[in-house]
Amino acid sequence: MVPLNWYLILSAAVFSIGVFGFLTRRNIIIMFMSLELMLNAVNISLVAFSHYLQDLRGHVLVFFIITVAAAEASIGLAIIIALFKNKNTVHVDEMNEMKG
Amino acid sequence: MSMLPQLFFGYFAFAIIVLSLLVITRKNPVHSVMWMLLLFFHIASMYLFLNAEFIAAIQVIVYAGAILVLFLFVVLLLNLKEELESARFVGSWPAAVLISGGIFVGLAASMLSVSLGPKGNFTVDLIQRVTHTKVLGQILYTEYLFPFEIASLVLLIAVVGAIVLAKKRMRSH
Repeated sequence: MVPLNWYLILSAAVFSIGVFGFLTRRNIIIMFMSLELMLNAVNISLVAFSHYLQDLRGHVLVFFIITVAAAEASIGLAIIIALFKNKNTVHVDEMNEMKG
Repeated sequence: MSMLPQLFFGYFAFAIIVLSLLVITRKNPVHSVMWMLLLFFHIASMYLFLNAEFIAAIQVIVYAGAILVLFLFVVLLLNLKEELESARFVGSWPAAVLISGGIFVGLAASMLSVSLGPKGNFTVDLIQRVTHTKVLGQILYTEYLFPFEIASLVLLIAVVGAIVLAKKRMRSH
């Protein structure tokens, strides 16, 4: 039997890799893919908890997370297309209209 | 006692970490999408290993089948020429190493100190007897019926929003 902690460490590692990708990449599409990576890391830990607690509520939560991820991907990619139409770039460090 | 589960987990954990590193470091976004496809299949196998067949199926169908194809379309719509010649990381990436390393240490420390509460009724035997899809459906359509309806609303808003955002400007103004 694989201990629960192994899954949790794996999930934490994938989540941190996602955070790193989100913070460092210039390409906004790869930033979105890092977001998906973070959502998947959370899903892994939810399914693992569900299995070890013998409770299916984690699986229901994963189901909803996948639904929201699909919605988020479609909206996000539409925003990327609109941005590219206006700015002709996908690099986030070249988008500085708001002077943030 | 057999070491097979540990070996299985070891391979998949190693592959998942290496593949996620490949996803965030490739210069060509098409390569990133392809590595991510492989990554999602490995994660689906991990779900199978945890007795979640339905979740593994929707992982492959929704993530690998729908979301990644959407990513691939957008990557191919935008131009790659410029992408291959410019820097892939922002200048301040060492700070991000610190931040993500700190997040990993914090998460790992809190997750190692977790202690499980009382166990529920859904044993592996029950799920294997009734099948995972049926058990999940029984919970989803009774206890979680209202959130399920909200999820359909979220998807509707996503469809409308994507069309509104990506369509051409109206000429009326």
